[in-house]
Amino acid sequence: MSLFTFLVLALLAVGSAAGMLLRKNPIHGALFLAVNLTSVAALFLTMRAEFLAAVQIIIYAGAIAVLFVFAIMVLIPGKEETGPDPLRRQRWLAVPVAAVFLILVALVLRSAVLGGDPKPPVPGGTEAVGRVLFTDYLFPFEVTSVLLLTAIVGVVALTKRRA
Amino acid sequence: MVPESYYVALSAVLFTMGVLGVLIRRNPLVIFMSVELMLNAANLALVAFGQRHGTVEGQVLVFFVLCVAAAEVAVGLAIIVAIFRLRRRLSVDELSTLRG
Repeated sequence: MSLFTFLVLALLAVGSAAGMLLRKNPIHGALFLAVNLTSVAALFLTMRAEFLAAVQIIIYAGAIAVLFVFAIMVLIPGKEETGPDPLRRQRWLAVPVAAVFLILVALVLRSAVLGGDPKPPVPGGTEAVGRVLFTDYLFPFEVTSVLLLTAIVGVVALTKRRA
Repeated sequence: MVPESYYVALSAVLFTMGVLGVLIRRNPLVIFMSVELMLNAANLALVAFGQRHGTVEGQVLVFFVLCVAAAEVAVGLAIIVAIFRLRRRLSVDELSTLRG
C-alpha cells in the first residue's frame, strides 16, 4: 500500500516536472511547479516528516509558486519562447549531458551513501524538529533571520523605480 | 515502508530534470523554476538520508534550505523584473553584457 502511494506521488512529481520543461508558456510552467512541490510535500508526509510537509506547502507551494505567478501575470508579460533559437544545435547536447549526469549520480549513490543497516524512522513533528533547531542549530537559525532581512532590503532596493 | 533508496532515486531524477530545464530553456523565469526544482530534489534526498540514519537533523537542514530558497526567489525575481524594465525583452541569450 505504501509502495503504491509512493509510486503515484513519484509519477505525479516526475510528470509535473516534465510538463514544466516542455510547455512553452511560463504560466503553465509555474502551475506545473506548484503541482510538483505539492506532491513532494506529500512524499515528505510518507516519510513521516509532518512539519516539513506543512512548511513545504506554506512556503514553496504557497509563497514561492504564487510569487512566480504574480511576477508573470503582473510585472512581466508571460511571453512564450518564439523566434529563431541562436543556439539550437548546442541545446540538443543538453539531453546527453543530463543523461550522463544522471548515470554519475546513480553510480555515486549506489556505491557509497546508502550502506549500513537502516534505522527505525524518527517522527518529524514540530516538537522534534523544533527541539533540535533551537538547541544545536540556534546560531544558523539566527543567521537565517539576517539572511531574510538582507533579502527584503535587497528586493526593495532593486525594484524601486528610479525617479 | 518504502526503502529510502527509492526516494533518493526519485530525487536524482528530479534533480536531473532541473538541470535539463536550466540547459534547454531560454526564458529566465523557467530557468529559475528549474533551479527551484533542483533545490526541492535536494530536500527530498536530505529527508531520505535523515530517516535512513534515524536522526531529525536532515529535516533541520531542509528547513534552512527552504529559507535560502525563499530569499533566493525574492531577490532573483526582483533582478529579472529589473532586467525586463531595462530591456523590455526576456531571453538569457541576449544578456551578454558582462561577457568580456
